[in-house]
Amino acid sequence: MGRIVVEVMPKPEILDPQGKAVAGALPRLGFATFTGVRQGKRFELEVDGAVTAEHLDAAREAARTLLSNPVIEDVVRVATIEEVDA
Amino acid sequence: MTASSAGARIGVVTFPGSLDDGDARRAVRLAGAEPVTLWHGDADLAGVDAVVLPGGFSYGDYLRCGAIARFAPVMTEVVRAAREGLPVLGICNGFQVLCEAHLLPGALIRNERQRFVCRDQRLRVENATTAWTRDLTAGATVTIPLKNGEGGYVADAATLDALEAEGRVVFRYLGADPNGSARGIAGITNERGNVVGLMPHPEHAVEAGFGPDGPRGPRTGTDGLALFTSVLGALVAA
Repeated sequence: MGRIVVEVMPKPEILDPQGKAVAGALPRLGFATFTGVRQGKRFELEVDGAVTAEHLDAAREAARTLLSNPVIEDVVRVATIEEVDA
Repeated sequence: MTASSAGARIGVVTFPGSLDDGDARRAVRLAGAEPVTLWHGDADLAGVDAVVLPGGFSYGDYLRCGAIARFAPVMTEVVRAAREGLPVLGICNGFQVLCEAHLLPGALIRNERQRFVCRDQRLRVENATTAWTRDLTAGATVTIPLKNGEGGYVADAATLDALEAEGRVVFRYLGADPNGSARGIAGITNERGNVVGLMPHPEHAVEAGFGPDGPRGPRTGTDGLALFTSVLGALVAA
């Protein structure tokens, strides 16, 4: 089974209330070094067998049409997930 | 085909998670038309003269508000018919669906202050020429309930400038902007004026005793009814 990761982030100019809330909470927990937080989404798409170029093209199309809204979000990554030995 | 207001049939789409479809059908009935129940899985619109996409949380608002509903079977016909001039009104979640379906520009994002807002909202009518606002008066103030968590209207500056220049901002928030919407925008229309989306809920202000407080006393506000009567006039004129 192959897996493809699609990552979507709010556009830089779009207000990200979730990221702002997290950014506000970090200093209260002692994490004082982070000056900003943006919160996005990660999708993992599964396919039978190894990931092919066609699979990646389909993932890019899905990312463009359904997984993101280009008015407010950017697709920042579409890539094969390489299985890592534990 | 010319529809008379007496015989007008207005479809109200129910998606999984729609909440205000019943109220929308009631508003249609109080306006004098026949409400027609449409299901998200329907492949046709049953010959209705107009369509309302109601408020709620279609498909649980998973992914993004309105993003999955956009691809419901019934939306194929709604989009096709809207592009041919069928009057379509999207309220709250319905507005989000219209944006995701590209029938209206822009998008709705989480409220600036992260809070779900529920209150009677004053609006200024900016455009009284759309299919859904012709019984209102430009410049007038109306009060209808607002209740949403993701009602912040956003679009790029060029789109906002175009909406303003073309008179396509239909309603604007009066007083404090409840959602952090760009330029206080509460509702917009398409170029043709047949598709209107707004975040506040006109269907909750159609009958004395159940709506917002009005000049005649508590819960007497019925400003929302004008949207539903407007479309009847638009159908007769068409």
